[in-house]
Amino acid sequence: MENSILFSLRLSLQVAAVSTVFIVLVGIITAYVLARKDFRGKEVVDMLLTLPMVLPPTVTGFYLIMLLGRNGLLGRPFYELTGLSIMFTWYAAVIASFVVALPLMIKTSRAAMESVDKNFINASYTLGRSELETALKVILPLSKKGIIAGAVLSFARAMGEFGATLMLAGNLPGKTDTMPIAIYSTASSGEWSKANVMVILFTMLSGLFLYLSNKLGKRLI
Amino acid sequence: MRWFKTRLSLVFLWLLLAVSVAYAGPTGEITVSAALSLKGPFEDIGKVMEKRGVRVIFNFGASGMLQKQIEGGAPVDVFAAASLKEMDELLKKGLIKEKTKFNFAGNSIVLVSSLKSGLRVKSFSDLTMGEIKRIAIGNPATVPAGKYSEEVLRHFGVWDAIKNKLVFAENVKQVMDYVVREEVEAGMLFQTDALARKDDVKILIEAPQDSHKPVVYAIAAISGTKNEQAAKEFISLVMSEEGRGILQRYGFRLLKEMKHDRQR
Repeated sequence: MENSILFSLRLSLQVAAVSTVFIVLVGIITAYVLARKDFRGKEVVDMLLTLPMVLPPTVTGFYLIMLLGRNGLLGRPFYELTGLSIMFTWYAAVIASFVVALPLMIKTSRAAMESVDKNFINASYTLGRSELETALKVILPLSKKGIIAGAVLSFARAMGEFGATLMLAGNLPGKTDTMPIAIYSTASSGEWSKANVMVILFTMLSGLFLYLSNKLGKRLI
Repeated sequence: MRWFKTRLSLVFLWLLLAVSVAYAGPTGEITVSAALSLKGPFEDIGKVMEKRGVRVIFNFGASGMLQKQIEGGAPVDVFAAASLKEMDELLKKGLIKEKTKFNFAGNSIVLVSSLKSGLRVKSFSDLTMGEIKRIAIGNPATVPAGKYSEEVLRHFGVWDAIKNKLVFAENVKQVMDYVVREEVEAGMLFQTDALARKDDVKILIEAPQDSHKPVVYAIAAISGTKNEQAAKEFISLVMSEEGRGILQRYGFRLLKEMKHDRQR
């Protein structure tokens, strides 16, 4: 019993950490493109990427199944090519958390990048710096606050992800049951004492994370 | 003569044992998607399977969600649903093997109160008495247990009289919470849910089977299973004496016409 709780705790941290790494990488690049470039359909791309924040997570999960299931748009060719299915694995939990938490990263980073003083950017260009150098040495450092906030929010959202994860990764005890899913599962089947222990542990862990990220964030900024 | 008979049956028993040991049986791993209410008995059945050399990985959830996962191509070998609707829809789409489909258990609707409550209720018509101010049931539109509860209340002709007392919950867990916290005087849910928390609630009345549509649980192997032998073995175990004993222990009803070879 203790073992299964520890497993869920570790899995939640693992899923949240891995998805946050990808969210930060993809989020910063997407936010940069959305903030600095102009192209047709830009706001449509932004809308599509933000949609998972507004949709009920089970709906997002349903779309993910249609996309990544073995009969799905991407899932079928992937399965035929590799013989592996994405659903019911911990990667599926990472994908679900990624999709649901990504908008938080993009929104906060884009806003931060757009509010960087244009004069600094123009100065960098007139002094002969390339776009990449300007991005890395001027825009990113100046929008650090927003980026860190976005990463913290995304991690927190990924930790608590439930609906989409339940759909895509399932509730496989010892395989894909993250803390939120294990709590749902034990509470619904009447194992209240175990559910209570998990709720308290998870609340303390989440509280600790938010406290530490606030402190760390202040030091970095 | 009697001595001879016991001897003979002993020999038979040994023979059976020897055969079952010699028969290696299926091995490997299967994934079973099952309704959340089956978690207790199925985990016990999974342990028996483990002893037979098959590792069972469970995926517990609401039957409708499990159905959607299977339609999307989830790698599942066996599906056990809390109603026939999901099973029939999958059958229509050719996603389950018809020959492996069985109705394996039933459930009843019960009226419960908190264990601490001194409420005396002998029949469903007693629900009209003034002492009872609120009754929690699942929302009949979305919660299966709620739909059956409505049927029971209508059967006993009290639905209209107590309509104002009803509190609709969005799932069975919420009905349970209201009852345990004594936010309501009584609640209606499945017998198995009530038995799972017998330290907190007591069963006042069990609704007769003819007062609502039968609650039937069905099981089947998925068409795309990679380990058909093990999937079938799991289903036979659920249908066996041992499996039925486990289900009964958790408060499930056994179906009268239930027989393993019914559709063969």
